[in-house]
Amino acid sequence: MPRAFVYGDNVDTDVIIPARYLALSAPAFLREHCMEDIDPQFSKKVREGDFVAAGVNFGCGSSREHAPLALKACGVRAVIAVSFARIFYRNAVNIGLTIAECPHDIRDGDELELLPEKGEIYNKTSGKVYRTAPFPPFIARVIDKGGLMCALK
Amino acid sequence: MTATQKILARHAGLGNVRPGELITAYADLALGNDITAPVAIDEFYAAGFERVRDREKIAIVLDHFTPAKDIKAAQLCKKCRAFAAKQELTHFYEAGEAGIEHALLPEIGLVAPGELIIGADSHTCTYGAAGAFAAGFGSTDLAAAMAKGIVWLKTPSAIRVVFRGAPPRFVCGKDAALHIVAALGTDGALYKSLEFGGPGLRHLSMDDRFTIANMSVECGAKNGLFDVDDTTLAYLADRVKRPWQAETADGDAQYDATLDIDLSALRPLVALPFSPAKAVPAARAGDISIDQAVIGSCTNGRYGDMLAATEIFKGRKAAKGVRVIIIPATAAIYRKAMREGLLDIFLDAGCVISPPTCGPCLGGHMGVLAEGERCVATTNRNFVGRMGHPKSEVYLASPCVAAASAVAGRICDPAALMGG
Repeated sequence: MPRAFVYGDNVDTDVIIPARYLALSAPAFLREHCMEDIDPQFSKKVREGDFVAAGVNFGCGSSREHAPLALKACGVRAVIAVSFARIFYRNAVNIGLTIAECPHDIRDGDELELLPEKGEIYNKTSGKVYRTAPFPPFIARVIDKGGLMCALK
Repeated sequence: MTATQKILARHAGLGNVRPGELITAYADLALGNDITAPVAIDEFYAAGFERVRDREKIAIVLDHFTPAKDIKAAQLCKKCRAFAAKQELTHFYEAGEAGIEHALLPEIGLVAPGELIIGADSHTCTYGAAGAFAAGFGSTDLAAAMAKGIVWLKTPSAIRVVFRGAPPRFVCGKDAALHIVAALGTDGALYKSLEFGGPGLRHLSMDDRFTIANMSVECGAKNGLFDVDDTTLAYLADRVKRPWQAETADGDAQYDATLDIDLSALRPLVALPFSPAKAVPAARAGDISIDQAVIGSCTNGRYGDMLAATEIFKGRKAAKGVRVIIIPATAAIYRKAMREGLLDIFLDAGCVISPPTCGPCLGGHMGVLAEGERCVATTNRNFVGRMGHPKSEVYLASPCVAAASAVAGRICDPAALMGG
């Protein structure tokens, strides 16, 4: 079952993918080093469809698009955070990594299900439902098209 | 409207914009570097585009892992170079023509008040010191701007930052920046503009303003915009020949909050690991020995920063066991530091002088830290692993505090070293 990897507030892009790995942007390479400075086991444990959940200001710091690319390469279904740093937010939208902004009390290992059509996340472990604010139409269109470059074509 | 909102409205072809409104705006300049541009170039071609929309509105600066630190970095540079040549980009800079992007672009007049500049680098917000709307974006945004000349934006609300008084000796723009980040917190200005002004502005040099605007992103801000005054005009005079139009906030502009800063009350600060918001007075940081000091970066690699550091280093030596790395941010800064004798002072003090590069700031090269090492740095981030090993530590400070700490061998208030 898809489960959650939970981190705290202010998870910065330097820990999502350290700069020493920025000389390559191949997904398989980024995947291998994703989150390694705060959770060396992450890339080994994460499975396709799993979730990352965090507190406020997720993705703060550097503008490196390698950060959402690394999470996407890990097969992360969605990043759920109380709030996102603005560059990470737009990078995720632009490359087609699903993000959900909402208050939550997800705990490490909780089983989650994303219900995008309802704008909800169902926590099977606790039985709770978290509601996300709908995306504005422009952003929703970019997401539907699979990213900004597809939307521009 | 705020000044930022007026710049955005003009570039979106709208009479009016409201906070939260999503707009599509034209960019006067789109910037990439050797890490972010290659991703954008791949996206550009993968989406089927062949020619950039306007070769004069794109800047690519090779500065992060340059001079190429390894084969992979060399490949990234090669990709940028080939793209710039094929697309006949007007503004491609490397080697002796380059420098740290956020010092270089204003220096060579690519930034003017009222312009809208996007950069695939989070510290693009630096150019707000010159009255431009400038913000960090991602590589895909850069690809879109190269293809279509446009960017999507959410109109920000703003926090007004009012400076009063004059800074005392050894207090730099960096101390104001660290104070602001500590006061607002790392997400205190999320999605917002910081708009800087007030009677204390006349005591802040352009170099101080670049430092302060640069660190706007460390409290989550979209951009940091300074009022344009005589100091700005003097800076622009020899640099920008094209017409430009500064924007000032309307008299009834709405701000979410106002932050008053009495510059005369500031003290030299240091931000403790692992957050730029953890500023404490350097005098009260405790007994923190250091292994390295770095003076440079897009935050503090300008001539004024070099000058401030030499005032401390003159006639003194770095403490035994402390490696001091000086990085003038551009060739022009390097040359001026050489002509004015600053490089001699650094060399006499036992410092090593690096060519312009972002290098150690992001743990790239030219001063990466080993396990357990501590560095006082004039850079902008002290996150886990930022300058090297995940168990190393970075203490953020001004050039004055970094130089004084290098001499003392431990975090030190310059006044304690030099006398009040």
